Amino acid sequence: MSQFRQCPDTGLFFHKPAESLMKANAVAGAVCLLIGGILGLLVILTRWPAVHLLPADAFYMVLTAHGITCLIFWIIFFEMAILYFAGSTLLRSRLATPRWAWAGFVLMIVGVISTLTAIFQGGSSVMMTSYVPMPAAPHFYLGLILFAVGALIGCFVFLGTLVVAKNEKTYEGSIPLVTFGALTACIIAIFTIASGAEILIPTFLWSVGYISHIDAAMYRVIWWALGHSSQQINVSAHVAVWYLIAGVLFGARPMSEKVSRAAYLLYILFLQLASAHHLLTDPGISSDWKIFNTSYAMYLAVLASMIHGLTVPGAIEVAQRNKGLTNGMFEWLRKAPWGNPVFSGMFISLIGFGFLGGISGVVMGTEQISIIIHNTIYVPGHFHATVVVGTTLAWMALTYLLIPVLFRRKMILPGLAKWQPYLFGGGMSIVAIFHMAAGTLGVARRHWDMGFAGNPLGFEYPGTAYLLMGIAGVGGVIAVIGGAAYLLITVGSLLFGEKLDASAGILQSFGVPLADSVYSTEKPERLPMAPAEAVEGHGDSGFEAPGTFVLAMVLLVSFVVYYFINWKYLSEVWPLS
Amino acid sequence: MTSFMPPAQRIWWKVPVGRQEIVWILIALVWCLIMFFMMPYWHVYGKQNISNEAYQTTPAKYQAKVQAMIDKYKVREETAQKIPVVAPPAGSDVYLLARLWQWYPMLELEKDKSYRLHISSMDWNHGFSLQPVNINMQIVPGYEMVVTVTPDKSGEYTIVCNEYCGIMHHTMLGKIWVK
Amino acid sequence: MADETSTQDAPEEKVPVMQQIIDNPFLLLFLGIALPTVFYTLWGVMEVATIPVAP
Ligand code: HEM
Ligand SMILES: [Cu+2]
Ligand SMILES: [Cu+2]
Repeated sequence: MSQFRQCPDTGLFFHKPAESLMKANAVAGAVCLLIGGILGLLVILTRWPAVHLLPADAFYMVLTAHGITCLIFWIIFFEMAILYFAGSTLLRSRLATPRWAWAGFVLMIVGVISTLTAIFQGGSSVMMTSYVPMPAAPHFYLGLILFAVGALIGCFVFLGTLVVAKNEKTYEGSIPLVTFGALTACIIAIFTIASGAEILIPTFLWSVGYISHIDAAMYRVIWWALGHSSQQINVSAHVAVWYLIAGVLFGARPMSEKVSRAAYLLYILFLQLASAHHLLTDPGISSDWKIFNTSYAMYLAVLASMIHGLTVPGAIEVAQRNKGLTNGMFEWLRKAPWGNPVFSGMFISLIGFGFLGGISGVVMGTEQISIIIHNTIYVPGHFHATVVVGTTLAWMALTYLLIPVLFRRKMILPGLAKWQPYLFGGGMSIVAIFHMAAGTLGVARRHWDMGFAGNPLGFEYPGTAYLLMGIAGVGGVIAVIGGAAYLLITVGSLLFGEKLDASAGILQSFGVPLADSVYSTEKPERLPMAPAEAVEGHGDSGFEAPGTFVLAMVLLVSFVVYYFINWKYLSEVWPLS
Repeated sequence: MTSFMPPAQRIWWKVPVGRQEIVWILIALVWCLIMFFMMPYWHVYGKQNISNEAYQTTPAKYQAKVQAMIDKYKVREETAQKIPVVAPPAGSDVYLLARLWQWYPMLELEKDKSYRLHISSMDWNHGFSLQPVNINMQIVPGYEMVVTVTPDKSGEYTIVCNEYCGIMHHTMLGKIWVK
Repeated sequence: MADETSTQDAPEEKVPVMQQIIDNPFLLLFLGIALPTVFYTLWGVMEVATIPVAP
């Protein structure tokens, strides 16, 4: 029986079991985002000093749940969907061992339920980092372990699919760049999950009494190999999504396959070392280790990000110029489809990630500068720029692309969708910027009461800090509205959107395959190499994407200025040695 | 239409790279190296570096050291809880402990004098966050870290805990006075 | 897997080593796990394990 359908609009081939898995994982991710978003609203309203919504115990519980649900569950479910898409659909290959993939999915679901149950039972408000020896319930750790095992299975299914595709010669030449980006994410994921197993399994055994002691410093070292590397999965994957969207919307080709792939290679080799930036003020670890690792081996992985930061918009610029948008530096950008949420989402993700998340991340990950930033609210400010404006918004943009293609539904509420990336990206950028600002004034993260009301020792942060946290609160509410709009549009489209295929019913939106007759291709034609470029070997003829180069220089200048400003701040604190 | 198709050339590694990318890569590389060398540079020429001197310890052992210091240098008590305030001599070893949910004892230091400040936790992770100067360090149970501090401005300073340490985490404060 | 690209088509031109590396997912997987395991995890664990006991 035929197992593939070809999307009549895009020509993409979907393997029936892979398609169902993508849908199921994406929907599970969206449910997690819904939960995480509601929790995020509660958290931001508590950290908005004038509102201070939740009582302390509820706040810490909700914050634990928010971090885990958003950062781990939402992001990784969606990543699984991306792996299956990049492996099966983009390579025109059948998915390897779909049953294993389903088993992984089920494990992930069970894990989510187990961990969230533990948290909401109240005895596991330990934050997502769950630093020992602060104890959580055994099923808190167990849930995380099951989730990780499920995700690991997904990674192996993806690798298996690469092997299948290669053996069955479903494509010519090398794998596409987007798939290579997904491979990078997959590799980092495997390291991440292995580190997770290394630390969470002993911790689970400790929680049930089989192990009497886990060293608190050791835990931090290994936990962050999990905690930080998981963020690098996101980076690799969302850069791949940027490339994908640039390709789909503009027909953009990578400026240089060599450069982009070499940049990904630097990610594979060095990105994960940066887990060290969480331990820069920890006792007893030598500066050699700190400097080598926190710098991703002399910042070679940062170099890679700066390369992608040039080549993604650069590819778009070249494509736009080839279409005749050649006036001045920025006509290509001005006349980009800013009303299309796929584009605006992707571009805001790119800019937000680079300017807000990237710069702040490198600065705070500098060995000594960490002293003025560690564990302040600057940190959540930074990672809401990377993982929310960057990754989450990229996922959102991709969803808009996939609703018609994968789910065969027309998107509802296009007017709202137009605004959604601006609401979400804008609101979240406000959160990021103002949390970072409050952090430089010393405001602590994971802290219920920045006013220390009634404390006999009494302390007050500067008045400005309250204002900054208030503005961040407003930004958070805007972002939540943007997040709600996303869920409304996507879930609404799955339920009520015009059917692009007669058999795309409600169940089909959640993973059930379309009618058998739709899957009419036995084996897709071999995926050819990209057509050779019209003007071959751009080489030395000067700058092909001058506008992008200007943007890149703006980024660099902001980076340099901001970097040295922070050294200046550092030089003003008490001498330490 | 090509980021999601195989490269146009079978041997794409040999396709020449455009000048723009080369220039950018070189600029970025230089910047990366500058950032890298800033860290060792600051170890030599900068004044704010954490020593990384640390010891494995136990709560009982560490507490004994704290108590010995208090017995020797206590000058008064503060608040209804009668938390001791200690004024150790310049240059000496000063022991601060973190526990649920206080920093203990309180310290009185002299401006522009150096102290070997030891910090450890009796129970869980805590975060030493000295305000308003904004110096932050991770305090890990089982480990005693030593940092030489040289307060260079006088005033009242508060130690906030900025690592989540349970339900009353937000009440965990300590004091340092610099005279 | 590694050398398949080179044998696949007419022996036209040899695939450069770097491309062979980048085209080999399992080699990349090995590198992507070995490097951080050595530089980050093992070295880091050694650092913590060698912290001296307080006098
Ligand atoms: C939808 C709007 C969102 C709002 C308003 C929001 C707001 C916040 C706030 C105020 C904090 C607490 C800061 C603190 O006290 O330490 C926080 C923590 C956090 N958020 Fe969000 N957030 C949102 C979405 C997200 C998303 C989509 C992700 C992940 C993809 C995310 C990941 C995290 C993580 C990992 C933490 C840290 C938890 C911890 O400290 O253990 N957030 N968020
Ligand atoms: Cu990190
Ligand atoms: Cu504490």
